Amino acid sequence: MTDMDDARFPPLSNSLPRGERGPVGGSGAGADAGVELNGALSPLVGESGREGAPGAVLDDQANLRTYSFAYLDEQTKRMIRRAILKGIAIPGYQVPFASREMPMPYGWGTGGVQVTAAVLGPDDVLKVIDQGADDTTNAVAIRGFFQKTAGVATTTRTADATVIQTRHRIPERTLQAHQILVYQVPIPEPLRYLEPRETETRKLHGLEEYGLMHVKLYEDIARHGHIATTYAYPVKVEGRYIMDPSPTPKFDNPKMHRSKALQLFGAGREKRIYAVPPHTDVVSLDFEDHPFRIQTFKEPCALCGAEGVYLDEVILDDRGGRMFVCSDTDHCEERRAEGHRGALSGESR
Amino acid sequence: MAALTADTLEGGFHDPVFQSQAVFRAVMAALAEPARPVPLPPSARPPAPLTAELGAVALTLADPDTPVWLDPALAASDAVRAWLAFHTGAPVTAEPMDAAFALVADPARLPPLSAFAQGTAEYPDRSTTLVIAVERFDTAAGPLFTGPGFETPRRFAAHPERIGFLDQWAANRALFPRGVDIVFVADGLVAGLPRSARLATTE
Repeated sequence: MTDMDDARFPPLSNSLPRGERGPVGGSGAGADAGVELNGALSPLVGESGREGAPGAVLDDQANLRTYSFAYLDEQTKRMIRRAILKGIAIPGYQVPFASREMPMPYGWGTGGVQVTAAVLGPDDVLKVIDQGADDTTNAVAIRGFFQKTAGVATTTRTADATVIQTRHRIPERTLQAHQILVYQVPIPEPLRYLEPRETETRKLHGLEEYGLMHVKLYEDIARHGHIATTYAYPVKVEGRYIMDPSPTPKFDNPKMHRSKALQLFGAGREKRIYAVPPHTDVVSLDFEDHPFRIQTFKEPCALCGAEGVYLDEVILDDRGGRMFVCSDTDHCEERRAEGHRGALSGESR
Repeated sequence: MAALTADTLEGGFHDPVFQSQAVFRAVMAALAEPARPVPLPPSARPPAPLTAELGAVALTLADPDTPVWLDPALAASDAVRAWLAFHTGAPVTAEPMDAAFALVADPARLPPLSAFAQGTAEYPDRSTTLVIAVERFDTAAGPLFTGPGFETPRRFAAHPERIGFLDQWAANRALFPRGVDIVFVADGLVAGLPRSARLATTE
């Protein structure tokens, strides 16, 4: 997995050819680039990749380490931290915050990145997943970003991580009390597609007037015979606020309920932060005669044979060949390391 | 206004980035699992009667965007005002209703919780966070609290306690999602009582 850290997202990459190193010219740039090839192994050295940031070219490595640790300035972090604390005190309520421009476009996790940057410390071990995978573009880019700007240790192993930033999945391994799960959220307002005006959705939340959401789920049943919402499935937090769990598959909703880990949600474009403290009730909305159900899969993971996990479909050829594999790459690797084999893992042929 | 002295300039974080991060994580853990004291790393050395822990939380969370209310014990000290002004830049307000943070060194004479900003129904986050220095926590006796962040109800009391505090807390909880949040600090410890925490005996 980790050997794919480089080569994506050029501005964040550690391994560009020397000629492409950016604005700092002359002999110094060449020397920097030489050092940076080790960036992934030695996070501190990786920070010399900050040529583009004004004032960041410092000789003293100790200064480099503390200069805008985790990218954000201290006042921004304080503002985000205050929002996080209010979010924790009011589980499921969306706290407005002054979202900053980040060196990545909206939609690439700017909210989650800002939350992670505000909580991250030098002793943290960061894991980033994109749809359960550690090795896809968004995960690789954000992991590289924090390696470079914070020098923190990173991992792909769920068990070793203290902070896990996720784009829409919750790891299969049960999270523990010392872990923090940070979600990247595109649209934080669960009522947004039902009521476009922020002034109105604020009122609806304030009055706990959530009939609209039940009507929407009911219309699903009237039209399809079942609740057809499969991701971003609305939940009620601690019996009060209806919350968008971010577009996780509804398969993951039960993992949020009374989780031991603190869950933080950041929406950068929409400028909202919200939170679910540990051991907090998170209940998926449903009806007595149409109870909430998670997705089930007919076959186990083709690589590790896992059952009861969320699977991705992989197209194998243009003749209808396909396989289903664990969406959680770390879970799958761990199981294969333990000797579990699926129908299509090479060894079983 | 006090003159600028060495006392004012000193006693802040010697490593602001990492010390404020460490204090924040302690406060966050305390609010995420309320009524459970969490170690607060020693860091700030503010002038008395501002305690080291009160000072550390103020340095971590207060800045020019957050009006701070000082209890009479703190407000009477020019040294405290000057230190907070120099290190945080936070404006001091005499109106508890306007305060984002309230720093309290004398918990026995805490004003009623209802005197502070409660937030609105649409923006309940716009309420005061009280940071209260106490002498000690008692997790063996004291009332049972429960709510989000509690795997099981926990006993918690902060001494000294204002007379009638529990009644005020029940009233504060009844306002949910409005209401104030409290961060208690004692010697080397921080414990949170967010508005979501409720008395287990009353329900």
